[in-house]
Amino acid sequence: MAHRFESVQQVRDGLRDVNYLADDGISGVAFLADRLGKPILVEGPAGTGKTQLAKSIADMTGARLIRLQCYEGLDESKALYEWNYKKQLLRIQADRGSDSWSDIHDDIFGSDFLLTRPLLEAITADDPVVLLIDEVDRVEVETEALLLEILSEYQVSIPELGTITAKQIPLVFLTSNNTRELSEALKRRCLYLHVDYPDMEREKQIVLTKVPEVSENLADQIARIVRSIRQIDLKKAPSVSETIDWARTLVLLGIEHIDAQQAKDTLHILLKYQSDIAKASKELSVDK
Amino acid sequence: MLDLLAGFVNELRNAGLPVSLTENLDAMEALQHIPIEDREAFKYALGATMVKNNAHWRAFETVFEVYFSLRGPEYKIAEGETDLDAMWREMQEQMRQEGDSRGNQGGSLDSLTPEEIAQMLMSALMNGDQAMMRALAKQSVQRFAGMEPGRPVGGTYYLYRTLRNLDLDGMLEKLMEASRQQVGGELTALEERLEKDEYNDRIDQFKKEIEAEIRRRLVADRGAEAMAKTLRKPLPEDVEFMHASRDEMQSLKKALQPLTRKLAARLARKRKHGRKGPLDFRNTVRHSLSYGGVPAEPKFKYPRPAKPELMVVADISGSVAAFARFTLMLVYAIQGQFSKVRSFVFIDGIDEVTDYFKGEEDIANAIHRVNTEADVVWVDGHSDYGHAFEVFWERYGKDIGPKTTVLLLGDARNNYHASQAWVIKEIKSKARRVYWLNPEPKSYWNTGDSIVGDYGTHTDGVYECRNLRQLEGFVEKLA
Repeated sequence: MAHRFESVQQVRDGLRDVNYLADDGISGVAFLADRLGKPILVEGPAGTGKTQLAKSIADMTGARLIRLQCYEGLDESKALYEWNYKKQLLRIQADRGSDSWSDIHDDIFGSDFLLTRPLLEAITADDPVVLLIDEVDRVEVETEALLLEILSEYQVSIPELGTITAKQIPLVFLTSNNTRELSEALKRRCLYLHVDYPDMEREKQIVLTKVPEVSENLADQIARIVRSIRQIDLKKAPSVSETIDWARTLVLLGIEHIDAQQAKDTLHILLKYQSDIAKASKELSVDK
Repeated sequence: MLDLLAGFVNELRNAGLPVSLTENLDAMEALQHIPIEDREAFKYALGATMVKNNAHWRAFETVFEVYFSLRGPEYKIAEGETDLDAMWREMQEQMRQEGDSRGNQGGSLDSLTPEEIAQMLMSALMNGDQAMMRALAKQSVQRFAGMEPGRPVGGTYYLYRTLRNLDLDGMLEKLMEASRQQVGGELTALEERLEKDEYNDRIDQFKKEIEAEIRRRLVADRGAEAMAKTLRKPLPEDVEFMHASRDEMQSLKKALQPLTRKLAARLARKRKHGRKGPLDFRNTVRHSLSYGGVPAEPKFKYPRPAKPELMVVADISGSVAAFARFTLMLVYAIQGQFSKVRSFVFIDGIDEVTDYFKGEEDIANAIHRVNTEADVVWVDGHSDYGHAFEVFWERYGKDIGPKTTVLLLGDARNNYHASQAWVIKEIKSKARRVYWLNPEPKSYWNTGDSIVGDYGTHTDGVYECRNLRQLEGFVEKLA
C-alpha cells in the first residue's frame, strides 16, 4: 500500500500548512504510524491540541475525519454497528407468505440492514479516512476490549455476516485525558505520543499562527507570561487554547504591551479557579 | 546494533518499565523506517513504541542517554570505544566534519582563563546561544570536574565540582543586573519576574548540558551497562516515602495529583457501576406496559452504598512526616468519596486539624499549616503513641460511631513508652473498621521499639505503605 507521507519533514511542513505547529515528537510519531500501520494513542493535559492533531492530519491529507466521541456507557451498537431492526421488520411484513423462511432469514441479515457506526464506517470507507476515537479513557475497561480487534487487525467480526476487513488502513488516533490507566492490551497495540505544553518558542509561534493580528512583540510577551504561570503550582495550568483565547482578548482590547495591571485584569481568561488566579497574581507580584 | 538494542531493552526492564515482546518488535520495525542518523527521530521511534506511560519518560531518557549518547554527533572521544558497530562508525564519519568545527572551537577555548569563560558563559546565556552553551559546558567539565578514569565516584560529585567553579547563582544576579542596565533603569515587577524565569530556564538548560557531558564521559570510562546501573532510579510510584530525596519529593508531589484525579474518577465509577441494587418493582411494572404487561425488562434500584466517615490519625514526627503528609493529601483530594473526613495529628500530644482543611482550596497550604501550627508536642517531642491514643480516646472517642473508619498512620516506634493498646481495642469495638498503615518495610516491623504488632492485633489489618503504588491500592480498597 502506498504511504501517505514521504518523510518526517513532510509531515511537519504539511501540518504547518494547515496551521498546526508540530514538534519533532509529534511529526515523527505520525510518520511512524503511517509506516507501521499502527494507531496512535495521544495523551496529555487538556487543551494541548490532541484532538486538533487528528483534525489537522485529516485536513492535511485531504481525508475524511470520522469521529467517535467516547462516553460512559458507550456500547457496540453505538460504536461498531447495529441491525436496523425496524427495516428488518418491514421486510418481513412486506412480502408475508411469498418467500420461504430461509430466504428471508438470509436476506434480513444482509448488509442492507446494517447500520454502520463510526468504527465500521471507518473500515468500510472507500475514500481515505482518519479515525479519531476521542477521550477513550471515558469508556469502561470492558468496552475498551471492543476496540482491540479493530485496532490491531483493522477488521470487525459480525456474527451473522462474517468478518469485514478494511479496504485500506485508516490512520487512527485515540486521545486520552488520562483520567484512568488504559489497559495494557490497548496500549500495546498503539504508538504512544505524549503531547505536553509547548515550550516558549513554539507557543509563541502557535499564537502567531492562530491569531494573525497579534504582533511579534506581544506574542513573545504572552508566551513568556504563560510560561511563568505554568511554573507556579496551580490546580489547572493554562492550556494552549486558553493562551490563544487570551491573545485574542488582548488584541480585541487593543493592548500592545502587557503591563501588570492589564495582566491581572485578564488573568481570568487563562485561569479558571479563583484560588489559582489569586495565587498567580500574587506570584507575578501584580498585586503590589 | 541488535545486541545494543537488546541491552537497551534489558536495561529499561531493569529500571522497571514494562516493555513487552511485541513492543520490542515494534521498535525494531519502526527503526527501519526512520533515518538512522537522526538521533531525535531515533529517540522518538524508540519512545513511541516502548514507553506507554508519561511518568516513565524520564527513566527512558536517562537510559537512552547512557546507551546512545556516545553515538551522537556531539561526541568526539569515541576512539577507545569497542562495542560501536559499523553503522555507527559510518555515521560518525559523516558527522566528523561537524565534529571538527566543534573541535576547533574547543581548542580555542582551552586557552581561556576562568574569568573569560565566565564572561563568555554570561553572554551565551544572555543571548540564549545554544551551540555556545554546549561548547562551554564541555569546556567547563573538562576543566573543572577533574575527572580521572576509573575513579569510583558518582556523577553528582563531578557535577558539584563543576557547578561550584561556575557559580551559577551569582550568574543569575549578574544577568538580572545586566538586563536592568539594558533597559536603562528599573524593571517593573512583572518584567523582573519574566526575565528571571527566562534566565533560570537557560541556566537549567546549561546545567543539563553539563550533566549530559559528565554522563557521556563516565559512560566512555565505565561502559554503558555499569553506568546505567548506577543511574537507575525508582519510578515515581515506587519511591519510598521515608527515604525520598528532595527531587524525588517533588516528582512524588507531581505524580500525586494525576493519581488522585484518577482515583476519584475510578471510585466514582465503581460506586455507580458496582453491583446492582435490589429489584425496583414499580419501575419494572411501568416498563412492562410497553411489552403488553409482560415484565420482560427487569429494572433495578441504583445501589446506594454508604459513604464511610473517615478519621485519620497520623504520626507527624520527623521519621514518618512525609508519609503522613502524602496520605493526608491523598485523602483530602478525594474527600468527596467520604461523607466526612476528620484528621488528627500527633507526636506525643494530639491535636485535631480538620479545620485547617476547611475552606482551604489548596491542600498543600493546609498541610503546611498542620506542620507549623498544630499543637502536637506534650513533653519532649518524641513519638509517644500510647499517650496520644489515650488523649484521643478521651477527647474524641465519643465521636466514633458504627459508620466511622479509623485510619492510623505511623511506624509505631514508641520510644519504649507504654503502648496503651487497649485504646485501639476500644476504638475497634465502636468503629466500622480500623486500619493501620505503616511506611516501614515489613521486615522492620516489631524490631527495636516498633510495637506495630501490639496495636495490629486489635485492628482490621495492618498494611505496608511504602510508596505511592501501595498507598493508592489501599485507598481504593477503603472507599
